[in-house]
Amino acid sequence: MLKHLTLCFALVVTSTMAHAQSKLETIASMSIIGDFVRQIGGERVQVTTLVGAGGDTHTFQPAPQDARRMAQAKLVFINGLGLEGWLPRLVQSSGSKAKVVTVSTGVKAIREASDGHSHGHDLDPHAWQDVANAKLYARNIRDALSAADPEGASFYAARSEAYMAELDQLDREIKQGLAQIPPERRRVITSHDAFGYFAKAYGLRFVAPQGVSTEAEASSRDVARIIRQIRAEKIPAVFLENISDPRLMTQIARETDAKIGPRVYSDSLSDTSGPAPTYLDMMRHNLRAFSEALR
Amino acid sequence: MIFDALIAPFIEFEFMRRALVGCLALSLAAGPVGTFLMLRRMSLFGDAMAHAILPGAALGYLAFGLSLTAMTIGGLATGLLVVLLAGLVTRATTLREDASIAGFYLISLAIGVSIVSLKGSNVDLLRVLFGSILALDDPAMMMLVAMSTGTLLVLALIFRPLVLECVDPAFLRSVSRAGGPAHLIFLALVVTTLVSGFNALGTLLSVGMMMLPAIAARFWAVELTGIIFAATLIGLVSSLCGLILSFHTGLPSGPAIILVAGALYLLSLSFGPQGGLVLKLLPQRHLEA
Repeated sequence: MLKHLTLCFALVVTSTMAHAQSKLETIASMSIIGDFVRQIGGERVQVTTLVGAGGDTHTFQPAPQDARRMAQAKLVFINGLGLEGWLPRLVQSSGSKAKVVTVSTGVKAIREASDGHSHGHDLDPHAWQDVANAKLYARNIRDALSAADPEGASFYAARSEAYMAELDQLDREIKQGLAQIPPERRRVITSHDAFGYFAKAYGLRFVAPQGVSTEAEASSRDVARIIRQIRAEKIPAVFLENISDPRLMTQIARETDAKIGPRVYSDSLSDTSGPAPTYLDMMRHNLRAFSEALR
Repeated sequence: MIFDALIAPFIEFEFMRRALVGCLALSLAAGPVGTFLMLRRMSLFGDAMAHAILPGAALGYLAFGLSLTAMTIGGLATGLLVVLLAGLVTRATTLREDASIAGFYLISLAIGVSIVSLKGSNVDLLRVLFGSILALDDPAMMMLVAMSTGTLLVLALIFRPLVLECVDPAFLRSVSRAGGPAHLIFLALVVTTLVSGFNALGTLLSVGMMMLPAIAARFWAVELTGIIFAATLIGLVSSLCGLILSFHTGLPSGPAIILVAGALYLLSLSFGPQGGLVLKLLPQRHLEA
């Protein structure tokens, strides 16, 4: 009897030790969410990002290796709000038992800002552009990691605490940076309307020549309307995004007095050599780009 | 009133003028080229080509990054290689032209997709490469216009052997050896027209402007010259009307132009004097009137 108990105890101990050594396998649908999970999970978590740096989450096509990784994962982090339309099918076809965590849970979603267009989903998914929402994401990720890996709960809590402090600092920087721009110059044109949350949180106005999704093709009426608007309101700068067709923006800038600002990142991070390898870097890079062009 | 609707958009906006010029340039070359494609029963060639150019574009991307010039030259090279191989196979074996092109373009597409995935990136190369009619910059304009001029000149040079080759290849072979070269030069022209069209205007517009006017023109004339003339005219009218339609209704511009061309095709199909459906169904009434 005693012998049996010892054996049982030994088994339990070795299995928990093995568990502690192997990392928690997770998947993030896109690079920005991957960065959040990495910041909070640290070395206890292995993160695989499906849509890598520079890719377009709206039109992603999964490959077989993505399905294989999906089958191995314990947790799948998605943004939600209609961004990853392809994901439910991938989870199902991979036979994965992973828990799907929608990190935008609790976000006060805004309607998409496009005028008169309908792209099937009418919530704007780019909620991370408001740092307050990023903090919500971080909290949701911390809770999901702690539930899947209870031993690491205090570890995740400490890391998310530190990350929240950095996010608060970022939020202050953005508010201070934009406060230096004269109010009548706080207007920007970008392709691909992804800055709705940023606009709402920080009081910068964005006008986009395309709808909220990169799938829509621009019509000459929309482009004409944008050009008239830039001329009428004297909008100072046009910004290119890291994923949209730059030729359209160049054409719009040529027909107006607006100057072309540097690239800003909205939907995906840059690779490690680029200016926006993490979420914090991305937001700081965008802030710098906006304030230099508008000042 | 009419001035506001039809002329004012082009006066106010440079992008509208550019779109119009680009589209007219494409129509001028695409009309005759499309007519020959239709007569040779190669109407689906354009779609095949849109896929066949992927490996070259991908190699250009791997070597030079997102450079449009490199990707276009690469695409052009693979496109030419595919039609050259397909043309040689058609002449050397019993395989029909459409079958040999299907064979080579599928191989090409598969190679292209593999090259793109080797890089592990999901940047949609073809979407980057394919332009939009509303964003014609100077290089794209120059390329379109140069291509259009060159195509018309070369087509004029090979016109006679090409016509004979379409109508009576056996006779041409008995009197001249120009048939083979004329055919290959023609295929090269098609590829150049399409690839520069893809780059400047996108696939739908390039392929659509090449085939729809030519097919519609078939219902208006019997003679080759007449068909070519009608095709070019239909192309020009569709370009202008489509752009204006897009400007006033908010339809995307490329599809709007093709929709107008499609409407003209359906109109020709119904009421065209050469084999239109209405005349076919009501022959008596036509004779009485």
